[in-house]
Amino acid sequence: MATKNNTLKLKFDSARKYAPAPESKAAAKIDAKYDLFINGKFEKPLSKKYFATTNPANEEKLADVAEANAADVDKAVKAARNAYEKTWKKMPAKERAKYIYRIARVMQERARELAVIETLDGGKPIRESRDFDVPTAANHFFYYAGWADKLAYAFPNRNAHPLGVAGQIIPWNFPLLMAAWKIAPALATGNTVVLKPAETTPLTALKLAQIIQEADLPPGVVNIITGAGATGAAIVNHPDINKIAFTGSTDVGKIIQKAIAGTAKKATLELGGKAANIIFEDAPIDQAVEGVINGIFFNQGHVCCAGSRLYVQESVFKEVYRKLKDRLATLIVGDPLDKNTDIGAINSKQQLDTIHKYLKIGLKEGAEMYEAPCELPKKGFYCRPTIFTNVAQSSRIAQEEIFGPVLTIQTFRTDDEVLEKANNTPYGLSAGVWTDKGSKIFNMTTRLRAGVVWANTFNQFDPTSPFGGYKESGYGREGGLHGLNAYVNLV
Amino acid sequence: MEAAPRNAEGMRSIAYSGTAADRKTNAALHKQLKTFVLHLIVTIKIMTDKKISYLPDFTLSPRIDQVGIEERAARITKRSIKKETKVNGLLLTLNMIDLTTLEGKDTEGKVKQLCYKAMHLMDVYEGLPTVAAVCVYPSMVKTAKKALEGSGIKVASVATAFPSGQAPQSVKISDTKYAVQQGADEIDMVISRGKFLEGEYNFVFDEIAAIKEACGEARLKVILETGELVTYDKVRRASDIAMYAGADFIKTSTGKISPAATLPVTLVMLQAIRDFYYKTGKMIGMKPAGGISKSKLALHYLVMLNEILGEDWMNNKWFRFGASSLANDVLMQLMKEKTGIYQGKDYFSID
Repeated sequence: MATKNNTLKLKFDSARKYAPAPESKAAAKIDAKYDLFINGKFEKPLSKKYFATTNPANEEKLADVAEANAADVDKAVKAARNAYEKTWKKMPAKERAKYIYRIARVMQERARELAVIETLDGGKPIRESRDFDVPTAANHFFYYAGWADKLAYAFPNRNAHPLGVAGQIIPWNFPLLMAAWKIAPALATGNTVVLKPAETTPLTALKLAQIIQEADLPPGVVNIITGAGATGAAIVNHPDINKIAFTGSTDVGKIIQKAIAGTAKKATLELGGKAANIIFEDAPIDQAVEGVINGIFFNQGHVCCAGSRLYVQESVFKEVYRKLKDRLATLIVGDPLDKNTDIGAINSKQQLDTIHKYLKIGLKEGAEMYEAPCELPKKGFYCRPTIFTNVAQSSRIAQEEIFGPVLTIQTFRTDDEVLEKANNTPYGLSAGVWTDKGSKIFNMTTRLRAGVVWANTFNQFDPTSPFGGYKESGYGREGGLHGLNAYVNLV
Repeated sequence: MEAAPRNAEGMRSIAYSGTAADRKTNAALHKQLKTFVLHLIVTIKIMTDKKISYLPDFTLSPRIDQVGIEERAARITKRSIKKETKVNGLLLTLNMIDLTTLEGKDTEGKVKQLCYKAMHLMDVYEGLPTVAAVCVYPSMVKTAKKALEGSGIKVASVATAFPSGQAPQSVKISDTKYAVQQGADEIDMVISRGKFLEGEYNFVFDEIAAIKEACGEARLKVILETGELVTYDKVRRASDIAMYAGADFIKTSTGKISPAATLPVTLVMLQAIRDFYYKTGKMIGMKPAGGISKSKLALHYLVMLNEILGEDWMNNKWFRFGASSLANDVLMQLMKEKTGIYQGKDYFSID
């Protein structure tokens, strides 16, 4: 029999103790106060109100941001309508494309500044905003710029007409990237836009407004207004909006759906998720473990398609769990501006409270909790990467979206069993399958009911690939050819 | 166990031996039986030596996903190593170098100069460590041993018909024994890549075990020559074979084949070492060799080691760089950290 080595342990304390390597804040120019971007200009809000946006890593205020009320929303929608009717709709498609390309290029030129602001305002590690958020956002503009004058090829034998004014409401987890996901296809298809970023992370969208100004986009084609839930509701309920594009929670998604029922407004909703990530015994285990880490701890777990439910075949559970714990021991949690940080700050106090609530629920349900052995900064909102084992399908922590760095692990015995369990959720945004066997990949991916299924990888995004959900994860697709469809009437 | 097919052959030879079979065939079959028994004895010896109670089926070595392993290796390079961490890393790098000269034109003079450099990397910089070892051909071991006397620096010798390994086992064993007799503290052997690619894993296993025996007290580094194995799956399998057969170190390359050491290949091997450690409790060393000539890359390797195997491996007992020109780049970086300015390469001696 194998030698018993359960007591063997690798030591990783030094792996978390690299000298600080902070990115310079000087790269980011943040104004003290931001107004609403309407009709190509920054205008004071009619509401006369402002709210503060803070850095979740140290709870310091970054800037005051205008709070748009219904009158401001109306002003923005009118500007968008005017620009749609008088300029944008009539402009030759190849001219539209030039503007979109220009936005993409300016974003690339100012990538460093955007990355630093994204990290300051949202708490995500600079490694991610620098290597993922900003470049992917620019890529979305490049990609859709290319489609603008080729819509006849996207929809052969049909005429693609723009819808009009799109009201777009985006979340706080990928502020700049979500703005790009929404704005780029809308512009490429000839629509104009009123966009509202989340109230905790408005700064990169406002930087994008400055970039749009710099790119000399005709006034009113893109309007960016800030505010919280009431502002969003005013956009959704405005009678002159033709389309709502929303990314956020399933609860708000349901409210929007009710609000637009009976109107001619079209909608795409990209909502919550509770993705299954499935490791079979024949998987390349070390790469699967790394994929699990990327799947759940990417962006502090604030990812709607995060692989939060891990299913491991029983025969390899011990090995996977041990390796996960080893990997957790090398994750660096701390200052998001440090280039070595793996996991940054939780986006807000409110979200941290939600995560803590679920940790308590998990313990109460009798699950075993393992937290990474790292120290947390004294100030700011932080959460240790956490794994729950001894979890059942009936546990709330395995059913509800936590939206934080919390993983649940369940074991399974057969393919059919895991398939049934993976699909046994009201959500269906994404899933992952890890196996060395090609036929098993195809068998599983065709039967998993999720908008995106990754095989032997996780959390990969590309502008060419459509993204969207089944069931309570929403409807409509963003990205790729499918993403154009959401912004056109085909005649 | 791996011996099944040979076992069948062996049994058949016994069954036929009583008939009036061709003597030639009979002799061949007897030889096969002998090989089998030898393999069995070697295996049992290894198992008792190392307290390994079974040998895995090497054809079932874990599979490696190419995209995944390369992504992980790339992420390790994102670590930003600054200030005191950088200085400590650079000093450690120097201390882990196997300063190497493996040329047809090597002479005693060249080796003596290299040995002096090994002991005096840069005397103006006080408190520098020495390198870990000097690595030479067997014919130069005696010279190196004498030159390094009392310095604590080890003498490593390549052996086993380095770099191709295309020689009979008897030649390889005597090559090894010669190097050890001349005073080598460490032996860097090459595996038979041809046999490995033919699927003759028993052959490769037995050969490593035989060399290990010939090494006596000398530590054995087993060179997989990953550039000739090509796939990560094969690198992993060869790593497993080498460790179970008795390697003290596994090493990527001879330096004569391109590509030599790469970060993903090293990652595969480090993970194999970790799995072996978890299974057996035995620590195995790692030596990436060839193509590592810049400090920054060396620091990436150390970060990888630190995050895959942890602190216990962060010393020259368990990790080496096989390199000839890395030392000077490290010295240049250290001087830069100390003085704030880069100095020209003529301020660093070439030996």
